[in-house]
Amino acid sequence: MSEYIAPVRDMQFVLKELAGLDQVAKLPGCEEATPDLVDAVLEEAAKFAEGVLSPLNVPGDQEGAKWADKAVTMPKGFKEAYKLFAESGWTALQCEPEWGGQGLPKVLGAAVSEMWKSANHAFSLCPLLTNGAIEALVLTGSDELKKTYLEKMVSGEWTGSMNLTEPNAGSDLAAVRTKAEPQADGSYKVFGQKIFITYGDHDMADNIVHLVLARTPTAPEGVKGISLFVVPKFLVNADGSLGARNDAYCVSIEHKLGIHASPTAVMAFGDHGGAVGYLVGEENRGLEYMFIMMNAARFGVGLEGVAVCERAYQRARDYARDRIQCTDIGVRGGPKVAIIAHPDVRRMLMSMKSQAEASRALAYVVAAAHDAAIHHPDPETRKQNQAFVDLMIPVVKGWSTEIGIEVASTGVQVHGGMGFIEETGAAQHLRDARISAIYEGTTGIQANDLIGRKMAREGGATLKVVIGMMRALDADLAKQDGEHFVAIRARFTAAVNAVEKAGDWLVKTYASDVRSAAAGAVPFLRLLGVVAGGWQMARAALVAQAKIAGGDADPFYVAKIGTARFYADHLLSQAEGLASSVTDGAAGVMALADEMF
Amino acid sequence: MKILVPVKRVVDYNVKVRVKADGTGVDIANVKMSMNPFDEIAIEEAVRLKEAGVATEVLAVSAGVAGCQETLRTAMAIGADRGILIETDAELQPLAVAKLLKALCDKEQPQAVICGKQAIDDDANQTGQMLAALLGWPQATFASKVVLADGKATVTREVDGGLETLEIALPAVITTDLRLNEPRYATLPNIMKAKKKPLDTVTPDALGVDVAPRLKTLKVAEPAKRSAGVKVADVADLVAKLKNEAKVI
Repeated sequence: MSEYIAPVRDMQFVLKELAGLDQVAKLPGCEEATPDLVDAVLEEAAKFAEGVLSPLNVPGDQEGAKWADKAVTMPKGFKEAYKLFAESGWTALQCEPEWGGQGLPKVLGAAVSEMWKSANHAFSLCPLLTNGAIEALVLTGSDELKKTYLEKMVSGEWTGSMNLTEPNAGSDLAAVRTKAEPQADGSYKVFGQKIFITYGDHDMADNIVHLVLARTPTAPEGVKGISLFVVPKFLVNADGSLGARNDAYCVSIEHKLGIHASPTAVMAFGDHGGAVGYLVGEENRGLEYMFIMMNAARFGVGLEGVAVCERAYQRARDYARDRIQCTDIGVRGGPKVAIIAHPDVRRMLMSMKSQAEASRALAYVVAAAHDAAIHHPDPETRKQNQAFVDLMIPVVKGWSTEIGIEVASTGVQVHGGMGFIEETGAAQHLRDARISAIYEGTTGIQANDLIGRKMAREGGATLKVVIGMMRALDADLAKQDGEHFVAIRARFTAAVNAVEKAGDWLVKTYASDVRSAAAGAVPFLRLLGVVAGGWQMARAALVAQAKIAGGDADPFYVAKIGTARFYADHLLSQAEGLASSVTDGAAGVMALADEMF
Repeated sequence: MKILVPVKRVVDYNVKVRVKADGTGVDIANVKMSMNPFDEIAIEEAVRLKEAGVATEVLAVSAGVAGCQETLRTAMAIGADRGILIETDAELQPLAVAKLLKALCDKEQPQAVICGKQAIDDDANQTGQMLAALLGWPQATFASKVVLADGKATVTREVDGGLETLEIALPAVITTDLRLNEPRYATLPNIMKAKKKPLDTVTPDALGVDVAPRLKTLKVAEPAKRSAGVKVADVADLVAKLKNEAKVI
C-alpha cells in the first residue's frame, strides 16, 4: 500500500522560486523564516506527517469517531497523536508570539498544513478549527478573554470549534436563532442548537472553546443582529484551572460520506439551565468577526484540495508502477508491462500531478501575499496584497477543492476495479475530498463572493491588475523557442484573453442582470482557477528552464517543464469553453420553469 | 560529563539509489539526504543522558561537505548543545573519519563517544572501532542499553546468542544498535532554537589529519536481477534444482 511521502522538493521549489520566500523573510516579524529554517521545518513536519498522522488515516476512517453518553471517543491512536502534535509545537506555528506562538509566516504554515491534510484530512480539521477560533479571539476578543483562553489554545492543550450552522441556518446565517441572555455579572446564558460542528466534542484535549453565533434579546432581525460568544466546555477558574462543566453538550454525531474520524457534532447549548457564554467584541457584530476569520478558514479548506490532489496522485502513481497488465500498446507478443506505460494511464497521472502542482503554487503564492498584506511596512503595498488575497481566496477554496474531487476520482480510475474496493485506499480520498467543496461555503457561495464582493463591487479593478501580471509573463515566454514553451505561450495567451472577456462581461452584467451573472459564477471561478494555475505553471516552467540553462541537471526541472506543457494543452485549453459558458450560458441555465424540472 | 556524537549525512533511507553508468559509484546528485538513522539513535541516547542529569553537554560532530550543517542542525534540534563541522569535499573513508574524530576528542576531552554502529550508505561498521583503537579507549559496540555511572559504562549488546552485558571504564566509545531507543520527533521550538546554537567549522588540515583514501573502489554494480520462477514437477525435481542449479543444498 502506498504510504504518503511529503512532496518537500516541490514545496521548496514553490516557496523559493514562485512564492518569493526570500521576500517574505525580509518582512518585519518574518525574519525567522530563513531558507535553512524553512527546510528544517519542512523536513521535520514531513517526518511527523509520514510517521504519525498518515498511518492513522485508514484505521481512523474504518473505526470512525464514536458517540455515547453525550461524549465523543476518537478512533484508536488519535488522542496520542494529537498530544504529540501539540507537544511538538505544531499548533503554534503561525500564532502570535505574544500568546506562545512561533509567529512564522503563513506561506510556511500553508506548506506544513498541506502535509497534515494529505496525511490525515480528518485529523487536520482539529488544528484548523482551533486556529480559526484563535484568530477570532486575537482580532476581536477582550484582554480578559485573550488572557483566559489564548495561551492554552495556541499550545494545543485546548482546542476550538466554530458554531455557526443551525438546522434552518446553513448558507443563510441571517436565520440564526440561538439566543444569548445577558446576566448580571456581564456574562450571558446561551440557549440553542447548532449542527455540523466539526470537533464539537472529542477526547483529545482537556477543554474545548466553542465560538458560538447567537442573538441577544434586543438584537435586530437578520445578519445585523448576530453576536459572537465564547462558550467553553469547562468553565475556567480565576487561576486558570478548569472549573464546572458548562451546559454545552454534544447530543449526537453525524454519519458521513467521508472524514469519518472527524466528529461532526450536534451541539445543544442550554438544555440544563443555560450555557455560560462571554461576548466577543461588540454586540451585533458577530457575523463581521466571523468573516474576518472566514478568509483564513476558506484558505485552509482550499489547501485540502491541494492536499488530496497530491495524496491521490501518489497512491495512483505507486499503483501504476506496480500493476502489470497488457503489453505495451503497439507491441505484439512483447512482455507485459506496468500500467504506467500505457498512454491513457499516463494522461490520468499527468492530469493529477499537474493540477496538484498548479493548485499548490497558486495557494502558496496567495499565502505569501497574505504575509505581505499583514507585515509589509508600506501601507499601499499592504493594500494591494490584501486585494489580491481577497480576490483569490474564493478561487483557492472553490477551484482547488473541486479539482481535488476530480483528481481523487481519477485516482480511483487509475486503480481500475481495485479503486472501487476500499482496501486500496483510493476510495477514501474520494469520499474525504467531497466535503471540502461544501463546508466553509460551497463552491456556489465562493463563486458568488468572487463575482459580487470581490469583482463587481470594485468594477473588476483587482482582476485587471491580476490579468496585467499574467500578461507581463508573455515577454519571458516569447524568449523561449522550445516546442513546449511555444505551446504553453499560445495556450496561456488565449486563456488570459478568455478570463478578461468573461470577467468584463460579468462585471457589466452584474449591475444590469444579476441572475444571468450568477448563472455564470461557478464556470467563471473555475476559469479563473484554471488560468491562475496555468499562470503559476508557466512561471515554474520559466524558472526550470533558467536552471537547466545554468547547467543544473536535476530531472525535477525537466519534469516541471513537461508538466507545465501538459497543463497547457489539457487544462488551459478549457479556458475558452469556460468563458463561453459564462457569457452565453445563462440562457440555458434559466430556460426551464421550476415545474419543468 | 561531555558526550561527543558523530553524525553522518547519508542518502535518505527512502531513496532507491542507482549505480552510475560508468560503475564508479552510486549517483547521489539531486537525491534527498538525511542523518544516518543509527546516528539519530546515538544523538537521542546522548540527549536522554543529558535530560537524566548524567551528561552535561552533548556535542555533535559531522565530517564532509557544507551540506552536513543541516545534519548538525537536525542533531541540535533533537537536543545537542553545539555542533562542529569538519568541512571537506574529499572522499572520507572510515579510517580518515576516525582520525578526524580522534583529533577532536583530544581537543574536546569528552568522557564518552556515542556513535551509530554503521552508516546506511557504505555499511562499513568500522569508524567507532577504529576510533577506540586510535584513542586507546575501551569500546562497547551494538548497544541496546547504556548506563553511565561512577566512571563506568554498563552496556548491553546484541550478540548472536542473545544479550551480553559489558562493563567498561570511561572514557569509552559506544556504538548504537537499532533497538537502543526510538528517536523523538524534534519539536518546532527546538528546530528554531537549533538555528541559534553554536556551530563551528574546522578543516582536516587544521586538525593535522591526512584524509587521503587508503582504499580504492574498483567497481560498483547493481545486484543481479531476480530471474523468473519456475514450477517444479515434484519434490525430487525441487531437490535436484536446489542441489544442482541453486547449489544451496
